[in-house]
Amino acid sequence: MIRRQAIVLLALVGLLVATYLWLYKIGVLGELRCGTGSCEYVQTSRYAALLGVPVALYGVVGYATLLGLGLAGLQPALALDRRVSVLLAALATVGFGFTLYLTAIELFVLHAMCRWCVASAVIMTATWVLSLADLRRRASHAP
Amino acid sequence: MKGFYLLLVGVAVIGGGVLWYGSQRTSASAPSGPVPVAAADGFRGYTVGSDSAPIEITEYSDFECPFCASFATVQMPVIREQLIATGKVRWRYRDFPLPTHAYSRYAALAAQCAGEQGKFWAMHDQLFTNHQWAQTGKNPRGLFRDFARGIGLDLDKYDACMDSQRYAGRIQASVQEGEARGVKGTPSFYVKGRPYQGRSASDDFKALVDSLTKKHK
Repeated sequence: MIRRQAIVLLALVGLLVATYLWLYKIGVLGELRCGTGSCEYVQTSRYAALLGVPVALYGVVGYATLLGLGLAGLQPALALDRRVSVLLAALATVGFGFTLYLTAIELFVLHAMCRWCVASAVIMTATWVLSLADLRRRASHAP
Repeated sequence: MKGFYLLLVGVAVIGGGVLWYGSQRTSASAPSGPVPVAAADGFRGYTVGSDSAPIEITEYSDFECPFCASFATVQMPVIREQLIATGKVRWRYRDFPLPTHAYSRYAALAAQCAGEQGKFWAMHDQLFTNHQWAQTGKNPRGLFRDFARGIGLDLDKYDACMDSQRYAGRIQASVQEGEARGVKGTPSFYVKGRPYQGRSASDDFKALVDSLTKKHK
């Protein structure tokens, strides 16, 4: 249960980060608070959108889905349900793969790092690890 | 479990509040609108290409103009390779920021301030290659500073240059020059001093230059 709680908490923080980047992308926020990073450079590059949709919006949808799924998995009726663990692990794996792609773009194409993107990458990586641990635990406790 | 949900609500409320606060704040003073005009310094624009090239093409351009960005990113690389690198053409860039664009002059200033450190064309390429800034309508100050950092400018000098707007006069003089020559929109081109009416395509420029070069021989 503690793993799913951690996933839910991480998904919530990730959702806030992705929402922040998305609000910037659609012009609601004027400037990104980035310190010495290159957030605006990354966020206004052509890689900040995929198939015409801002990458940050994929993050919003992904984290929101993880959050909803995680919250559902905390309910007593689903707490021991392996299907929730499978779904969480599958979704987190897709998110982790997308994170690897975006980080590679930052490192090897743009040569610039957005701190908020790094934060999201850390959150998604931790979520992925926790979701695999949750799945493994459910597998070992399967009837 | 109750404590966990309270924690979630707390994080959501604080995070949501920060986002809401951020969306309500007006951004830092936007560098838009007219800038003070100093006396023109006689500067006639940055050039690329050989001084001995037989043909000079002058481009009047606006960093915020999407057609200019398209030209700079799609056609200009071919022109650089086929006409400029081969010594046939010298290319001169002149600013013609359109009044309908909020940040054109600011972008032109950024390019001039990069030029002060010998990096005009590098900033020119940054401004056109990463042209999404022109579509957001947001204050691009931080982004341009990122560009400046990315091309290796001394940021203290860049900031001082931008704050002083010391090249505003150059830009205005360039606009006045363009207006005097009949420039109505961007990008506009002059080949050997004569207005170019053809398509803004590298093939067309190449055909014209080849034609003029034959006549020149």
